[in-house]
Amino acid sequence: MSTHTIKKNACVVSMAETQHRQRAWEIAAAVPDPEIPSLTIEDLGILRRIEITSNGVVVAHISPTYSACPAVMAIEEAVEQALTAAGYRTEIKRVISPAWTTDWITDMGRKKLKDYGIAPPDKASPSARALFSDPVVACPRCDSTRTEKVSEFGSTACKAHYKCEACNEPFDYFKCL
Amino acid sequence: MQSAALPTAESDARFIQLVRLADDHLILGHRLSEWCGHAPMLEEDLAMPNIALDLLGQARALYSHAGIIENKDRDEDALAYRRLEREYTNLLMCERPNGDFAHTMLRQLFFSVFMKHYWLSGESSSDPVVAALASKAQKESDYHVRHCAQWVIRLGDGTDESAARLAKALQALTPYLHELFESDSVTQTNGDVGFLPEPSTMQTRWRADIDTIFDLAKLCLPSVENLLTQGKSGGRQGLHSESMGFLLAELQFLQRTYPNMQW
Ligand SMILES: [Zn+2]
Repeated sequence: MSTHTIKKNACVVSMAETQHRQRAWEIAAAVPDPEIPSLTIEDLGILRRIEITSNGVVVAHISPTYSACPAVMAIEEAVEQALTAAGYRTEIKRVISPAWTTDWITDMGRKKLKDYGIAPPDKASPSARALFSDPVVACPRCDSTRTEKVSEFGSTACKAHYKCEACNEPFDYFKCL
Repeated sequence: MQSAALPTAESDARFIQLVRLADDHLILGHRLSEWCGHAPMLEEDLAMPNIALDLLGQARALYSHAGIIENKDRDEDALAYRRLEREYTNLLMCERPNGDFAHTMLRQLFFSVFMKHYWLSGESSSDPVVAALASKAQKESDYHVRHCAQWVIRLGDGTDESAARLAKALQALTPYLHELFESDSVTQTNGDVGFLPEPSTMQTRWRADIDTIFDLAKLCLPSVENLLTQGKSGGRQGLHSESMGFLLAELQFLQRTYPNMQW
């Protein structure tokens, strides 16, 4: 009898937990990236997972994009605020291993980047690269691959600056790391 | 926490070497940031502070982890800002005044090529935190190498003026290369346990990359033997050049004026 009750309770608890985890994920996932606001942190692939501890604290696991990404603190605060506002006791955990790569940007994220005017990164991360191999970057406006790199460093740490020879527009390229 | 199980000498060696690396990145990052607003062109005005930012990010991770291993309640800020000059153990190359653009780019190339290979090896560190930060930093260093290499080639194979300046930078920097590969009991201990690779084991790979770039830049490095067996030393013991005091006066200003101030 008692075993049965416990089992039943455990089941209720775990169902609620799944639902809460799902809800907390959706809330955290909707937080926009402060530097590219049309992308959410889910699109960027930096929200790793939501964990609910035995005492009911929602722990959001977040990976920084770059070692010194200035946005990471802003993102962590925004996630904490969003979850707290939804009534959760919240904790943020910064996860550095495995290291974030641009491969984790979702297909939706890539599409949003392009729509925003930023060329999405190459899908496969470069491994042992040749010194000067440059990726083929297509213009986010006209899709031409007749593009030229203007500068390795652009408006934020994660972008390089390119120019399209076909439509003459300058654009940002999300560096492949 | 993790250090509790380690013999003292071993955890000391870990702490010492992490701080050395962190100091290299902090001090060189500080030097690079001095270019902000003074670069020869807008793109470089973005590039150098961007590289500096990467170096500072790497320094933060290294200091934080060193503080945990030390287990004396020192966080990244305490280590970065509240030590005395003799306690900084960066490479002397990193604290040299920037000089001209050629000098800055060549120094960055020397350092970044070294770090690229160092972090590549570091990815298999026995310490998972070090392995994780190495795998991130490795990609960032590789990007810095590309940028600096392109400039070194452009300057070396450019005008008489740019080539002369690069040659002068090479002459000024050569005595500092030896220190990059220096070994001592700290690096040996860490190398033996697989915590961090011995700097001396990077020589061949470093030299190969530099030779490739120098060929294109029409520059020539002195022979390996001379380069790696003699040169300036002392940074790892906290023996600095005069310019370090001025650098720290600026770097530490805020924390010295308002101790323990938080961002
Ligand atoms: Zn175009």
